Formats: sequence, C-alpha cells, structure tokens
Amino acid sequence: MTEERTTEAPMIEVRGIGKRYGSVLAVADVSATVDQGRVTCILGDNGAGKSSLIKILAGAHPHDEGQYLVQGEEVHFTSPRQALDRGIATVYQDLAVVPLMSVWRNFFLGSEPRTGVGPFKVIDRKAAKATARQSLKDMGIELADVEQPVGTLSGGQRQCVAIARAVHFGAKALILDEPTAALGVKQAGVVLKYVAQARDRGLAVILITHNPHHAYPVGDSFLILKRGRSQGFTAKADITLDELTRQMSGGEELETLVHELATARE
Amino acid sequence: MSTTGSAAAGSTVAAPDQTAPAATPGASTDEDLGRNRLADRLIKRPELAALVGAVGVFVFFSVITEQFLSPLGVATWLDDAATLGIMAVAVALLMIGGEFDLSAGVMTASSALVTGLLATEVGLNVWVAMAFSLVFALGVGAANGWVVIRTGLPSFIVTLGTFFALQGLNLGVTRLVTGSVTVSGISSAPGYESAGALLASKISVFGTGVQVSVFWWVIVTVLAAFVLLRTRFGNWIFAVGGAAASARGVGVPVMRTKVLLFMTTAGAGWLVGQMLLLRFTSVQANQGIGAEFQYIIAAVIGGCLLTGGFGSAVGAAIGALIFGMARQGIVFAQWNSDWFQLFLGAMLLAAVLVNNSFRKRAERSRR
Repeated sequence: MTEERTTEAPMIEVRGIGKRYGSVLAVADVSATVDQGRVTCILGDNGAGKSSLIKILAGAHPHDEGQYLVQGEEVHFTSPRQALDRGIATVYQDLAVVPLMSVWRNFFLGSEPRTGVGPFKVIDRKAAKATARQSLKDMGIELADVEQPVGTLSGGQRQCVAIARAVHFGAKALILDEPTAALGVKQAGVVLKYVAQARDRGLAVILITHNPHHAYPVGDSFLILKRGRSQGFTAKADITLDELTRQMSGGEELETLVHELATARE
Repeated sequence: MSTTGSAAAGSTVAAPDQTAPAATPGASTDEDLGRNRLADRLIKRPELAALVGAVGVFVFFSVITEQFLSPLGVATWLDDAATLGIMAVAVALLMIGGEFDLSAGVMTASSALVTGLLATEVGLNVWVAMAFSLVFALGVGAANGWVVIRTGLPSFIVTLGTFFALQGLNLGVTRLVTGSVTVSGISSAPGYESAGALLASKISVFGTGVQVSVFWWVIVTVLAAFVLLRTRFGNWIFAVGGAAASARGVGVPVMRTKVLLFMTTAGAGWLVGQMLLLRFTSVQANQGIGAEFQYIIAAVIGGCLLTGGFGSAVGAAIGALIFGMARQGIVFAQWNSDWFQLFLGAMLLAAVLVNNSFRKRAERSRR
C-alpha cells in the first residue's frame, strides 16, 4: 500500500484554509498534507484552533477560506457523512461508543449486518461477533469476550475499538481527536501503538494532541497551531523533539511532560 | 475551543471525566476481569436478579398458603400479572431507550373510552371503534415522542403533562357525552363477541380457565425480547438510551427510534385498555391513574436502569409476575393489603441498588 503513496496526490491536503465563527477567527491560513501510510500530528495548546481544524477536516463545519483537497480533488464538505463517504473517519474524544453496550454491538452500531428476509431481518450476530473479534485482533487487541460491555474496557482498548471500527468500515484517512488526552502514560502508549498499526495498514492518520511527547514517536510531520495560525508544517527529519516542545509551549507544562516521559521509560 | 459551535456535532463536546487522577495506573486489567467474571455475567443477564426474586416469592406463598399453587390460584395471579406485564414490557423498552411515559396508565382508560364511546354513542362496529382508538393512541404516543425530542425537555415532565391532559379529557368528555363517568353497554354493540373472543375470553388449560390476556402477555414479551436482542431496532434502543449523542454520531436515527418507543407504550396502553373494556363491558373514566408507576416499578425490578441504556423485556415481565404473585399471595394469606405496599417498596429499593451496582461496574473506566 505504501508504495503507491509517492505517485499519488496526498490523501488529504489543505491550502491556506480558514474558518470564522462570527467575528472570531478560529483558523486562518493553515496549510498541511497527509499521505497514505503516514501520520501527521496537529499540535497546539488549548484554544489553538485544533478542534476547529478537525471539524473542517471531518466535515462538521465547512471552511470559509482556502482549499481542502482529498486525493487531489477539491472538496467542500457540509456534513460528516460526506467526509465519511470519501473515506475520512473521525474518532472523537468521547469515541462515540455506548459504554453499557457490548463490544460487538458497539462495533456495528448504525451499520448492523443483517440476515433474513423482509420484515424478519435480524442482526447476523454470529458474523458480527466474529468480524468484531477478528478486526480487533488485527489491531493487536485480543478480547476473551466481545460480549462484555465497552465500559469495562480500559481507555486504550476503547480507543482501539473505535479505531478498528473506522478501519473496518473502509476508512482511508483517520482523524484522531486527542486520543491520548484522558489516558495515563501506559494507556497512552498502547493507543500510540494502534495509531502506528493503522498507519502500517496504509491509512493516512491525523493525530491531534497537545503533547509533543506523544506526537513525536509516531508522527511523520508536524503542524503546530497557535491562536488559529500555523506556526509551521515540518517533516520529522527537520525537527527534534526538543525543538517541537519548545515551539509548542514552555513553563510548568513542559516540566510535567519531562517528568511523564521519565516515568514512561521506566 | 472544543465546545465552540458544537451544536451541530454534539459528540465533539469533551467528556467531563477527562481527568481521573484517582485512577491507579498500571493496575492489571486481566486480574480484574477474572475476579469479576460472575458480575460480568450478571451484567449480561439483567433479569437474573428478578428471576431469583420471583422464585423466592413463588416458594414463599406456595408454602404459607394453600390456594397459591392450586390451578385457580395460579390462574388468578397470572391474570393479575398479565395486563400489568404487557405494559411493563413496553415501558421497559422505552426506559432502555432512555425515556419515561407517565401517560401510559391513563392511556389504558383513554383508548378504552374512545372505543366505548364510538361503539355505544356513535354506534360503530367494535372493531372499527378499536381501529379509531388505536390511531388515537399511536397519535398521542407520537406526539409525546416528538415533543420530547424537539424540545429536549425531560420526558418525565412532558408525559406528566400528557398524563394530566388525558386524565382531564377522559373525565370531561365522558361526563359531557354520557352524563356520568362511566361508559358501559358495549356488550350490545356489533362486533363485541368476536373482539371479546380475541382479547377478553378464557382459555381452558388442564380444565382451568385462564384469561387470554396471559397469552397476550407471553406473546408481547417474546416479541419485545426478540426485537430488543435480535434486531437492528433493538440495538438502536440500547444505543439511544445509553448515549444518544454517540448513537447519532454513528448514524442511528435517534428521533425515529424514540418516537417509535413512545408509540409502543401508547399502543400497549391501547391493547390493555381494549382488554379491560371488553372483559368488564364498561370503563371508568378514572381508570389507570397511578398504574404508570407500577409499570415503571415492574420494569426496574426486571433490571431496567432509570438512566436508560440497560434492561430487559423478559425482566420486566418477571417484575410484573412478582407483582401479581405478591399482590394475590397476600390476599390468599388473608393479610391486609397494606403489607403489599411495604413489600413493593422494599422490592423496588433492592432492585434499584442491585441495578445501580451493575451499572457502576459496566461504566467504570480503567484508565
């Protein structure tokens, strides 16, 4: 899959894209690309415009300025459905899972496979369970029981269910909204592993985070946002972790991150 | 930033429980799973606790009274449980879908009154009158659902309004038309015999007459359990009750699902209303007031959460069975019926505590 990448237009490209909410400029003049089989990280502190940018990418809010291209073709999404139809799936922070429902029911929620005829159509439970189990296994998660409620899974495993679901339903690009924000160090590492797995399967991944230590290990290129504007779009070869961290912010947040990194290595 | 203009995409609003510093990092999840396997199994079978309770009540009254186990005794408490059970099952589906319907009780009177008035005052065939009242009931149910979804108000309040409105209509219209608060005389209307045979007859089982409502109860329960667990619509019921925004995010038609659930409780109210009307050949305009809470109690005893997203149709039927057995058992034991209220209260509290512990287990996140 990855060898096609060089000859094709980027999976997702934005050129000078911008969005206003009334008089508030949420995003202005941002340019970036994501190729298949690559991870682009969007970094920025709270209020930097990350959420507005992903809402544009996900199709939730149409952009006002600039160009949005999918596989070289200009698009102007007005609903998330349109983005989904182009293979762009978004996994939001709350994951769109129903905690009290079983893993397999969550996996197929809204797209249940059915068997039977006419009004007697029933969910193909056997196929649904087998597919859910296999898809999760392909992502590196082995669940003893796909009947267990999603709420009993760890935060990392829940992310995995949401990512595996997006991959199963034909996503070519995956937008992950702060997947590591609510997680502890260990669980965050687990999620980053799944991000890498999705990348290796040829997906274009956009990872939104405010933590450079989560972004740097998996990212191929980095877009840093500050007050809605791009602070630069750089390839990994051109930037070090220290530089990335320095560009993003400093102060006490930095210290806690350094501490976090130290404990992660243990 | 994350909440800016999120009205169009409710699912993007960050969950409030993002920071969980109290969670112990690195706890072995595998060990947790092993230790709580039994509890996990219970989560999957929400009706199990109710079943244990039902067996307990059954054994208790079988031992202390003689009539309870007699064929006539069984037929009596099954009959008591049946009409309640039909409603409880429908209410359970709605509760799993995350909503309440306080107008379900008076709907049994409203639909019976509509049928009764059309048959006795207008002179319609009973079947035709029943078709009209079914349309009326489904219309009220759809209106309940539409208002709840469109306004975003709690269904508790919206259907409380419907409850009072219907109650007022029941009494007002009945008094206006008949000059009393009772509609009677349907037995002489055309079509009464055949309708009564379907909905209000007795079927002989081993020589004992069992009300046909008992069989309807079984049919409704099986149908509801099938829809809930085997069909796509059932999947959506759990989803809209468990996390409506998430469900919408993955393409579940939340409004359609909830409106259909409100129509289901109204439709069940219609069915029970017709049964009672045809059996007693008359209907009191104040029938069904207070019954709405019995339906909810039976559903909760059967494992439904008050917060939605979890529960069982079979459980609600068992909850109604406990209701019927206890209410008639206390009569057989010749106790004062006051004790039934005490029993009911204790049962409800126990059920809520059990359900709550299940939910906490299912929703607890290990981060």
